[in-house]
Amino acid sequence: MKRHLLVPSLLLLWAQPALSAEIWVTNEKDDTVSVIDVDTLEVTRTIPTGERPRGLTFSKDFSKLYICASDSDTVQVMDPETGKILYELPSGEDPEQFVLHPNDRHLYIANEDDAITTVVDTETREVIAQIDVGIEPEGMAVSPDGKIAITTSETTNMAHWIDTETQKLFANTLVDSRPRHAEFGAAGTELWVSSEIGGTVTVFGVKDQKEKAKIRFEVQGVHEDRVQPVGFEFLDDEETVFVALGPSNHVAVVNAKTFEVEDYILVGRRVWHMAFSPDHSQLFTTNGVSGDVTVIDVASRKPIKTIKVGRFPWGAAMRP
Amino acid sequence: MVRIPLLFCCVLFASAALADIDLQIAYLRQEVEAPPTLSNLDKIPDNMGIAGAEVALQESKTTGSFLGHNYELGVRSIAPGQGVIEQAKEVLAQTRLLLVDAPATELLAIADLPEAKGALIFNVAAPETSLRSNDCRRNILHALPSLAMRTDALSQFLQKKRWDDLVLIAGTHPQDQAYAVALKQSLTKFGLKLDGEKIWAFDADMRRNAAQEVPLFTQELGDYDALLIADEIGDFGRYVLYNTWQPRPVAGSEGLNAVTWSPAVEQWGAAQLQQRFHEATNRTMLPKDYAAWAALRSIAEAVIRTSSGDPVVLRDYILSDEFELAGFKGRPLSYRNWNGQLRQPIPIVHPRALVAQAPLEGFLHQRTELDTLGLDKPESACQAFGG
Repeated sequence: MKRHLLVPSLLLLWAQPALSAEIWVTNEKDDTVSVIDVDTLEVTRTIPTGERPRGLTFSKDFSKLYICASDSDTVQVMDPETGKILYELPSGEDPEQFVLHPNDRHLYIANEDDAITTVVDTETREVIAQIDVGIEPEGMAVSPDGKIAITTSETTNMAHWIDTETQKLFANTLVDSRPRHAEFGAAGTELWVSSEIGGTVTVFGVKDQKEKAKIRFEVQGVHEDRVQPVGFEFLDDEETVFVALGPSNHVAVVNAKTFEVEDYILVGRRVWHMAFSPDHSQLFTTNGVSGDVTVIDVASRKPIKTIKVGRFPWGAAMRP
Repeated sequence: MVRIPLLFCCVLFASAALADIDLQIAYLRQEVEAPPTLSNLDKIPDNMGIAGAEVALQESKTTGSFLGHNYELGVRSIAPGQGVIEQAKEVLAQTRLLLVDAPATELLAIADLPEAKGALIFNVAAPETSLRSNDCRRNILHALPSLAMRTDALSQFLQKKRWDDLVLIAGTHPQDQAYAVALKQSLTKFGLKLDGEKIWAFDADMRRNAAQEVPLFTQELGDYDALLIADEIGDFGRYVLYNTWQPRPVAGSEGLNAVTWSPAVEQWGAAQLQQRFHEATNRTMLPKDYAAWAALRSIAEAVIRTSSGDPVVLRDYILSDEFELAGFKGRPLSYRNWNGQLRQPIPIVHPRALVAQAPLEGFLHQRTELDTLGLDKPESACQAFGG
């Protein structure tokens, strides 16, 4: 907001795409991404993609957008300025989610139908490794130091720990049913994994891969079976975690130090994933069934706006 | 002084056992002659049921490979009229974990064998509600929903839509009659009732003259909100649709059907299971395939969580509150500890889409809404589970 006051309005018009931060959302059943302007909270562009776009992530300098086009069996690389597909990366079959290694070069991709994690070099555009993991791999994470990559498999119910030097598994840890998402926390010393059907988030110590805590959720008026943790994100200080609870239509706010649930925020139907605004003052959640995005004011923990996007919004990523 | 080394010894033993569980599971099938039907459209696949177990086996083997567990499936199929009992004895001598695909009578005969004491048998084929009540057995768990679960699901839908003026056409085959009985009980349970009922007893070839016969036949039923069909063998129901005197929806065994599983189920990650199944078998996944899949996956889930291959340990875990199976139906599946029935949502489908999934919103239960389907604890006369 402040920036706008400082910039002459003519310049503002001319440079608009670069000035406002954006939230990019994949619409799984529309084969598009919707681009939301963080300042106006409106959809400014809808851009066609390959079939069934799900995971999406930007390169470190935000000059490229990687999109898992699951049913096109490819990872598309888009120029976010023009919305044009620059080229496609080999991804293995049915890429669902991926994570970009801190080296800004290696993409670790979960191939949902193949029980494989594919590692692609985004510069040479070649597959450098394929790692056998459990059935229906989905959640992907990489440690801040880049040494460990994680794949969670939905039907095998495990987190698979990959040594990124050797591209081999060095541990497999059981979690509750249908793990969906993984993130490293506490400066890389913890691994968090959500289990959709189990209804829990498991926290592992990274050093020994041992379970450290298990977080359960209870939404008033919703049967526990329908409280299904999926995507989650840490606030920048890593002290608070926002957890999407799927068909319970709530996002939980968890204290990352005590592992206690502090709040539940009502959002749209079947909430999947989320992204923060650049200053972390707002959180944008994708709501699959209602086809919209809820904007949450992080400080007050209240929903402030609903933005209509395409059919079945799934992934979300921020572009400053 | 004695305790410490002993404990240490135990721990060593346990971790050694964890690494090498090798589990034999048997699929025992009594083949039955399919009753003749007018249409030739529906071929019953030879591997119905077995294919579901095989897909679950592959999934379990993959998971097991990370834990040092292995699973093998032995399939034994007995031709119609050949005795299943002798074969069952042989199988029980090899393994205590069985999936049984047989009519209720044979299922009970197998479970009652002295050799079956302490075994864990999964019923994947017999829908009789009585098997979950008076005729329950301690060593049988039911992966297949009971008839009552399916007809309760449909009745919830009828109630929700306020289609409360209902008529029924039932076939004469025992399976049709059993479905009709279950349906009537469910209608009563949910405060609905039939205003008319007819028996389908034509012997003409309806493929040629449904357009002449069915309007007359259904005219006598007067007006109604929905026409229910009890035709579990798939003989005549398909010729009733669009030929009725009144332009009304058809539900039951035909039209809108409450089923264990259907190729139309694609939500909750089900598309992945459907796809895995299709890749493995080149056909769609049918209800019995799903039941066999769920049975084998229940065993594997218990093995993974208990690190045991002992059927007694597995049974205890499966019946405990800890157990949950991710069954691609949107919520965790578990077993009722009063009769061994796998609790599960019931998809209500037409051939091209899922219309609703029971339990429907608004049908409440103090334990879980899933227990609004089928025999609840006070309704079941089953005593074998110590309840």
